[in-house]
Amino acid sequence: MSSNIYDFSSLTGSIHSWLSGLMSSGWVIFSEMVLVGLVFLLMYALIGLFLVYLERKVCAIMQNRVGPNRVGKWGLLQTIADLIKLLLKELIPIRKSDALLFNLAPFIVIICSFLAMAALPYAKGLQAIDFNIGVFYVMAVSSLSVVGILLAGWSSNSKYSLIGAMRSGAQIVSYELSVGLSLLAIVVFTGSMQLSTIIESQANGWWIFKGHIPAFISFIIFLIASTAEINRGPFDLAEAESELTAGFHTEYSGIKFAFFFLAEYMNMFIVAALGATVFLGGWMPFHVGNWEGFNLIMDYIPSVVWFFSKTFFLILIIMWFKWTFPRLRIDQLLTLEWKYLLPISLLNIVVIAFIVLMGWHF
Amino acid sequence: MNSIVEYFTDIFKGLSSLWAGMRVTGKYFFSPGAIVTQQYPENRATLKMEDRFKGEIIMPHDANNLHACTGCGICEMNCPNGSIEILSDRVANAEGKLERVIDKHIYHLSMCTFCGLCVKTCPSDALAFGQEFEHAVFDRSKLTKVLNLPGSKLRKEAK
Repeated sequence: MSSNIYDFSSLTGSIHSWLSGLMSSGWVIFSEMVLVGLVFLLMYALIGLFLVYLERKVCAIMQNRVGPNRVGKWGLLQTIADLIKLLLKELIPIRKSDALLFNLAPFIVIICSFLAMAALPYAKGLQAIDFNIGVFYVMAVSSLSVVGILLAGWSSNSKYSLIGAMRSGAQIVSYELSVGLSLLAIVVFTGSMQLSTIIESQANGWWIFKGHIPAFISFIIFLIASTAEINRGPFDLAEAESELTAGFHTEYSGIKFAFFFLAEYMNMFIVAALGATVFLGGWMPFHVGNWEGFNLIMDYIPSVVWFFSKTFFLILIIMWFKWTFPRLRIDQLLTLEWKYLLPISLLNIVVIAFIVLMGWHF
Repeated sequence: MNSIVEYFTDIFKGLSSLWAGMRVTGKYFFSPGAIVTQQYPENRATLKMEDRFKGEIIMPHDANNLHACTGCGICEMNCPNGSIEILSDRVANAEGKLERVIDKHIYHLSMCTFCGLCVKTCPSDALAFGQEFEHAVFDRSKLTKVLNLPGSKLRKEAK
């Protein structure tokens, strides 16, 4: 089954054997690390810039506007122009700020999203590192970015930054629970935390269809809680521009601000990619049970296309949330988590455990 | 028991109201014909401003080069930024009496905030808002304008 999907490990394997012929094994590992790092760096910049463009376009269309349309065809180069502008801007030093932490914070935030990207499977056999605790790793690493946000708020020596960072801390600490429990639902179904195993287990149907209503409920909870975890609207009260100027990155300028900005969009990509992998089958094409002919046709669409189309579908949903709903107050935010999402996801996981125990899932 | 029912009705009410909002934005997302943005520099030839648009202050003159400004100075007094200056003159009329006529109605566009107090308070409705809005110039002195046209006279009402 799914044997005619192109396996990227043949490509990466041939690169590995070619490098092994050129140098000793230590240098092979080193040069492969450099190559993978360069690929990720390039991908990070391209996807981040494209997401900023996409967000501006989507929000414009939802508000009956046109959006960026002057720089390049359909304004496609607008975000590149913005990046060049940000690179050329002055880095303003803040008086009485904690210089070390102030300069460290953007790097912590951006490194966290880089770390999370490393474990994601982009296509069949195209995964930098396949941990046996992949889900746990991605969650742990992506929630580390709150350290960077808190440092940014603390070291800026500004009340807006501090309030924004504290709100962000409260938000991530509480919503982390729901994200974890909703992912745990699928981990219970699969019996594994390894992302490749989770994808292989969806070869006869994605978990959102195979897992009955509880899987769907945990998918909804995952969408809501992960939107909150990446500090996006309607949960963007960490950087509520009408009250806190820009929240934790008020005092940052130039490329340091761009780091926060890019990391925010890449976190959205990571969350959507994780959701697509766990609930919608990642790079696995749309398969229905044992309809061999149908599954064979679906396999002709490359696995990269499947992964990115599912990820961008989830990103569009998250953007749809942001441009529809008004911002929540901090008490409403905590009520939503502790009174609604957490009890429902706890109950949901008990139901799923029962389903798995009785073997009712497909 | 009652509170449990309330809890679940809260959830479904909340979800349905969220879905109502998402339906509205989703409808706009899939109907790109509804775009209201004007593509400004391209549509200059066909651009039509609204009547209430406040482009600049003008003094309407009729076909005989006559305006309605008596030079009373109420607009100058009412302007909060001092962007209007009136230079008036005294000229003898047909009966030999000295009468105040306007020499120059000077309007500093660079200081104007388009509040409209001059237009609103003018007793003879001599001022109005024009539709012109492309005011960018390379020299600041070009922003100082004389509103009454050269050789124009006060329109005498038929007695």
